[in-house]
Amino acid sequence: MATITPDILTAHNVTADEYSKILSILGREPNLTELGIFSVMWSEHCSYKSSRVHLKKLPTRGKYVLLGPGENAGIIDIGDGIGVAFKIESHNHPSFIEPFQGAATGVGGILRDIFTMGARPIAVLDSLRFGPLDDPQTGARNRRIVEGVVSGISHYGNCFGVPTVGGECVFDKSYAGNPLVNVFALGVIEKEKIFLGQAHGVGNPVIYVGAKTGRDGIHGATMASDEFTEESKQKRPNVQMGDPFLEKLLLEACLEVMQTGAVVGIQDMGAAGLTCSTCEMGSRAGTGIEIDLAKVPQRETGMTPYEIMLSESQERMLLVAIKGREQEVFDVFEKWGLDAAEIGVVTDTGLLRVLNHGEVVAEIPNRELADEAPLYTRPYTKPVRKAPMEGPAFSSSDLKADLIRLLSSGDLCSKKWIYEQYDYMVRTNTLYGPGGDAAVVRIKGTDNAVAISLDGNGRYCSLDPREGAKLAVAEACRNISTVGALPMAATNNLNFGNPQKPEIMAQLVEAIEGMAEACIHFETPITGGNVSLYNETLGEGIHPTPVMGIVGLLKNGKPTPIEFQSEGKTVLLLGGFRDSDETRFGSTQYANVIVGGPWGLPPALDMDYEKRVHGAMRKIANAGLAESAHDLSDGGLAVALAEASFGGIGARVALPPSSRPELQLFHEAPSRIIVSTANAREVRAIADEFQVSVEEIGVTEAGKLVIADRIDAGIDELREPWSTSLERMLHA
Amino acid sequence: MKFGVVVFPGSNCDHDAQFSVTANLGEKAEMLWHRDASIPSDIDAVILPGGFSYGDYLRCGAIAKFSPLISAVKEFAAKGGLVIGICNGFQILTECGLLPGALVRNTGLKYICKPVALRIETTNTPFTNQASQGQIVTFPIAHGEGRYTADEATLDQLEAEDRVVFRYLDNPNGSLRDIAGICNRERNVLGMMPHPERATDELMGSTDGLTVFRSIVSAFAAK
Repeated sequence: MATITPDILTAHNVTADEYSKILSILGREPNLTELGIFSVMWSEHCSYKSSRVHLKKLPTRGKYVLLGPGENAGIIDIGDGIGVAFKIESHNHPSFIEPFQGAATGVGGILRDIFTMGARPIAVLDSLRFGPLDDPQTGARNRRIVEGVVSGISHYGNCFGVPTVGGECVFDKSYAGNPLVNVFALGVIEKEKIFLGQAHGVGNPVIYVGAKTGRDGIHGATMASDEFTEESKQKRPNVQMGDPFLEKLLLEACLEVMQTGAVVGIQDMGAAGLTCSTCEMGSRAGTGIEIDLAKVPQRETGMTPYEIMLSESQERMLLVAIKGREQEVFDVFEKWGLDAAEIGVVTDTGLLRVLNHGEVVAEIPNRELADEAPLYTRPYTKPVRKAPMEGPAFSSSDLKADLIRLLSSGDLCSKKWIYEQYDYMVRTNTLYGPGGDAAVVRIKGTDNAVAISLDGNGRYCSLDPREGAKLAVAEACRNISTVGALPMAATNNLNFGNPQKPEIMAQLVEAIEGMAEACIHFETPITGGNVSLYNETLGEGIHPTPVMGIVGLLKNGKPTPIEFQSEGKTVLLLGGFRDSDETRFGSTQYANVIVGGPWGLPPALDMDYEKRVHGAMRKIANAGLAESAHDLSDGGLAVALAEASFGGIGARVALPPSSRPELQLFHEAPSRIIVSTANAREVRAIADEFQVSVEEIGVTEAGKLVIADRIDAGIDELREPWSTSLERMLHA
Repeated sequence: MKFGVVVFPGSNCDHDAQFSVTANLGEKAEMLWHRDASIPSDIDAVILPGGFSYGDYLRCGAIAKFSPLISAVKEFAAKGGLVIGICNGFQILTECGLLPGALVRNTGLKYICKPVALRIETTNTPFTNQASQGQIVTFPIAHGEGRYTADEATLDQLEAEDRVVFRYLDNPNGSLRDIAGICNRERNVLGMMPHPERATDELMGSTDGLTVFRSIVSAFAAK
């Protein structure tokens, strides 16, 4: 047997302390396979060892929550006996190394998390972050990554048959060496038919289903827990290969086999593959699992136990069936043309016992392996921030030109080039697809629909992670409310740099605490999520980027569109003008794109006020008073008015005099929504009832956007650069 | 009237077709499994739905043509049964020889999903008898391989025999002569890349697609 040397430990990212813990759990030296098993289960990616202490601060319970964190996905109750299962997960590291497969398998992984619960996936959204497309040094690579990631998502989602209904796409230098690919998926499930990843029933057979195991993705989870260096390109074999067709068959077969009543528990093989699914299912049920690797369907010959246990081959599931009813399981998988093999049995030993042709190759207690990973209370100081507090003096000579530049910028331009490559309509539930404030997907068989919004803001968080995280929650809830839906619950993806640096750890802690405070305030408990650390290349970390996915319920209604619908309607600014100062203006798109920011601080958020605006907006929408509604976020009032005009109906807007028109038009104070209505009086009454201000700022008008004496533009003049900019930048 | 919706491994618009026919059209629908060798006698029209049959490996629709059910669909069509292939279904119909030509990669080399405007070129089919000649309808497209191609003689023949059923107003994929859908000489088999079943519901933004399904119902009633 190979002796475990310090070099082997380093290669497995296992520290000396962690190794002593392994020794004490086993009471002996591990063999190489066992060390490999520990190393993936205790990787940052699988164990959350740096973040767990702080994740406990997040609210996880609420009146709609049926299932919180700990299983493959969270589930909430949306009434009518229906639940929705949803979760967000990152595939950042693989998408940098191999953009197409990295993104594709990111979609595949999160879809399995959903249907392993028994839920049929009905929506996917993506939160994407890349380096700037026009950057002189990294532009060409950034463009290649965008092309690869978008085609990977398109390839997988379209073939699988789940609509990609929305998301966000942001560009910033800090993501040039570390793109972020966060994929959210949501599925519907009957409340009584939820399946869990638990291996109950001693003597029950453990059955492997789906794709054969190959050598791909070995140590993917460990790779995702490390920084990138010059040698990272050699890690390409760590990236898995996806087959959406196989996943589609797996979906149908799993949902069908669950109907038979022969299945006790089921879990997908994602990160850490067979290792993770076996020990987690055993640990959750307090049982042991014994498997023989010789029975595992294999794609290649000569695979070692180490390789089989650590492979991250895609499209595989592990299920536990009721003893004596194996044949029912095999029949369903045979029907769908998939492999299904009995590879082991549930035991009462509490051990993960792995045999190879009958010979024991690993024997580890499940609970210690799955749940007693090292827990680090890593030291943290003050969040690192590089931007100055004060920005340069600036004064615009042409506000209309500024608006056009903003509308053509990477963050604000139309993402049509991306989303038209996604089938956003399959399953015919998409009531509001990409390009809206929130995506809205109906639940067939009920009068309800769910609204979903993904929001992050790395730029705000880089200036103040605590406030930035709160603003992300506030914006996601505002988006949900703007279409008329009630925010119910959340999932989060925490994308940060190296937690072993105290100033990065501080960003993580502050962001989690800010998010916790906001999620409690807006009553959106976190039902699960993902933490992606070590997003650093050559020592440069990304902006701290918590991404929120918030799910809301839209009852008996149609989503309110963002675009003005008809001429002569009153344009109201619900929430009022709010104000900003030069310091807070430093975090805006205007400061970034036009002046050369960022500097200063994120916009000020008053959470009480914000929540009242949401309440008022929902009441206005649900009373049928809003012909259109669009929340103000990146780019502020002028950009929101332009976006609301792109359907062809614009507006003539009057504003109070201002000595700083740049701030007035482009500041990004939250808690504001543009509403167009035929009934301003009733809207005003609702605003009064919620004690929020509402300003009458203009009247809709076909073909033009006129903002006081500052901007006078034909809609085509604004829409053309906005809609073509992304493609122009990509093909520069 | 009862529609049969074919389910291949990888079909993913099968449920949508079923929902359109039952919930939005008010008729019956039954799923037909690809391994079955025959079509039940109470099926009045067959829908080959969109998706990625057999993963679209090799070539779109190339493997589906060997499935037992496709032989049954050919017999069904030969007896005058109504068959509509949508998207992947159209690709399968060209692969198995029920319709001429082929669907190849879009000229832009990208998958495209968006609503497009179509002109109904003939009302002399069981799929468009409820439309008016030249009527403009909007159906979504969602495909990467939807560019219709055929040799000049075939295209001329299609035109001469009034078999071009739908044409794009603003050609999204490079299809020759802007062709979006065609029928066979006997006029009982239609293939089209756009998705009428995605336009059968006010909530989804359009009910233009009901024209196609209502035409089928009316043609069946007239039989």
